Amino acid sequence: MISATHYVALSLILMCIGIVGVMVRRNFITVLMSLELMFNAVNLNLIAFSFRLGDLGGQVLAIFVITVAAAEAAIGLGLIIALVRLKDTVALEKADEMGG
Amino acid sequence: MDYLVANFGAILFYVIAVITVAAAIGVVILRNPVHSAVSLLLTFFMVAVLFIMSRAEFLAAVQVLVYAGGIMVLYLFVIMLVRLTDLGPGTVFLSGAAPLAILGGVVLGCLIAVGILLGSMAAGDGGAAAMTAIEGQEVGNTEAVGWILFTKYLVPFEVVSVVLLVAMIGAIVFGRRDVALISKGEEVEP
Repeated sequence: MISATHYVALSLILMCIGIVGVMVRRNFITVLMSLELMFNAVNLNLIAFSFRLGDLGGQVLAIFVITVAAAEAAIGLGLIIALVRLKDTVALEKADEMGG
Repeated sequence: MDYLVANFGAILFYVIAVITVAAAIGVVILRNPVHSAVSLLLTFFMVAVLFIMSRAEFLAAVQVLVYAGGIMVLYLFVIMLVRLTDLGPGTVFLSGAAPLAILGGVVLGCLIAVGILLGSMAAGDGGAAAMTAIEGQEVGNTEAVGWILFTKYLVPFEVVSVVLLVAMIGAIVFGRRDVALISKGEEVEP
């Protein structure tokens, strides 16, 4: 029988892959994709516990997370366009105006 | 054969989970962003299957429509739009701190895993009926989610619409040509 622990473990693996992806990639676009992986891990957790606890609030919260993920994708891809216009590159280490 | 039938749900979960993790790793380690995007698409579909296994049919449909349909097209569009020559074949596509970052991710994962194993989780499928019911009355999952979204969670729903408006304005501002040129120090015609 699949318990909530299985879903939480899978969600943990997805979240850690997303975190590592954000840290190791140089490409801005792939960093945003890793962020999407982390959003999916959160949604998986919400859905699993919504089912186990018998509360639809988890599914509603997952809808809100998907909405915020869509907003994040729009903003992030706008940032990529602006970065390419300014620097002609998507490599993150080239965006160092603020001394980072 | 009886074993397979009796444990079909568990076997399906493990197969889907392995594919999900493999596709997620592919997103991170594949060099070409287009390959990463296709791998991410596979992850989205597998997560949608897991949603269905948790009785969230409406969320699975939203996952396929919004993520696989909308967001992935946006990503592929931007990948096609920008030149990626500086990260092409033969160049380093991982940052210099990659080994340290992977080590940090594994350590973090182990820490959270210990926390999960020490805690006690809700088991079984006690909430299956609640996923398709409005105040105890049996309906579909979509109807139940819609009902609770527009009654109990109406205010957060309206707030999220404002968030979307702000994101839309922000995306338009970032996408304007003159913003990048002004940052570059060039004169811009009004």
